[in-house]
Amino acid sequence: MSFFGFARRRRSAPIARERLRILLEYERATAGQKDLMLVLREEILAVIGRHVAVDPEKVMVKVDRGTTVSTLEIDIEVPNVEMRASVPIPKFA
Amino acid sequence: MAKVLVVTSGKGGVGKTTSTAALGVALARDGQNVVVVDFDVGLRNLDLVMGAERRVVYDLINVIQGVVKLPQALIRDKRIPTLSLLAASQTRDKDALTEEGVARVIAGLREKFDWIICDSPAGIERGATLAMRYADAAVVVTNPEVSSVRDSDRIIGLLDAKTEKAEKGERIDKHLLITRYEAARVARAEMLSIDDVLEILSIPLIGIIPESEDVLRASNLGAPVTLSNPMSAPARAYLDAARRLKGETIEMTIPADKKGLFDKLFRRRAA
Repeated sequence: MSFFGFARRRRSAPIARERLRILLEYERATAGQKDLMLVLREEILAVIGRHVAVDPEKVMVKVDRGTTVSTLEIDIEVPNVEMRASVPIPKFA
Repeated sequence: MAKVLVVTSGKGGVGKTTSTAALGVALARDGQNVVVVDFDVGLRNLDLVMGAERRVVYDLINVIQGVVKLPQALIRDKRIPTLSLLAASQTRDKDALTEEGVARVIAGLREKFDWIICDSPAGIERGATLAMRYADAAVVVTNPEVSSVRDSDRIIGLLDAKTEKAEKGERIDKHLLITRYEAARVARAEMLSIDDVLEILSIPLIGIIPESEDVLRASNLGAPVTLSNPMSAPARAYLDAARRLKGETIEMTIPADKKGLFDKLFRRRAA
């Protein structure tokens, strides 16, 4: 690595400042609210559970906060055999 | 009129107890009646930093539970007659602190002292929220480091929401005290600058305490740095901060140790 590369690599304060700015903007906006991820996880699980038996352990909710957009990733493992018919499946004549 | 000041930070190890002791001495040296109160129940340390660890008989919890009267639990400093300490309990847990009990103790202290400085425990639980509960003003101790700044932001939110003053719709004065500041590292952009921290937290600055070996030396000795070495850089910074707390306007500087040729040649690496 060149000397200049080394010198640049040591300038970590601007990175710290930027990371804090993004994080605190989010934390201040959501302060005092119920954890959104927990709410989403509970509600999604309840909706799916009305139709299919789902193992709560097999539900993954991930979030990646970006500067302009965030992505929400929901991964639910549905068993093939244990389809529950608590809600009548509409029959077609 | 008495002023209740909470020294808080959220994060541990940033210098709350050191700052409480140093500011307490600085204010009491001018003849004001000062009491420093340790709220870190179960993990008391203000007594040790103040050099009074062998003189603690009764503590805050004993007063709250009515075992003793307030004057019996106050430990008068041997070096500065206008300075007193109210220690935390080392054996009980933090649940022994009650809101009503703390209110009673603070009201009692208001009658005897000009300044009541509450040393908050780290975290945002009972001990920390009760330490700030009846405060008129807060000193938020922050290191120029990401986790400390984040926790300070959180604490500032709590000061604006959970204190008695805030609940009554009044304003609690918040002052930022930056500790362990290293000007050389800031110059190399390796450490958040004063402006960076001020911009993020946006509360007024009360002082900048430079990183210094005198601070550890002071706690080794059990004599706050403003007492053991008042001419040192951190002590001068604390003395200035104390004068600002009293309402004086003093230009904000970052005191530096004056180094002789010997220091420059041989001690540079160790600094």
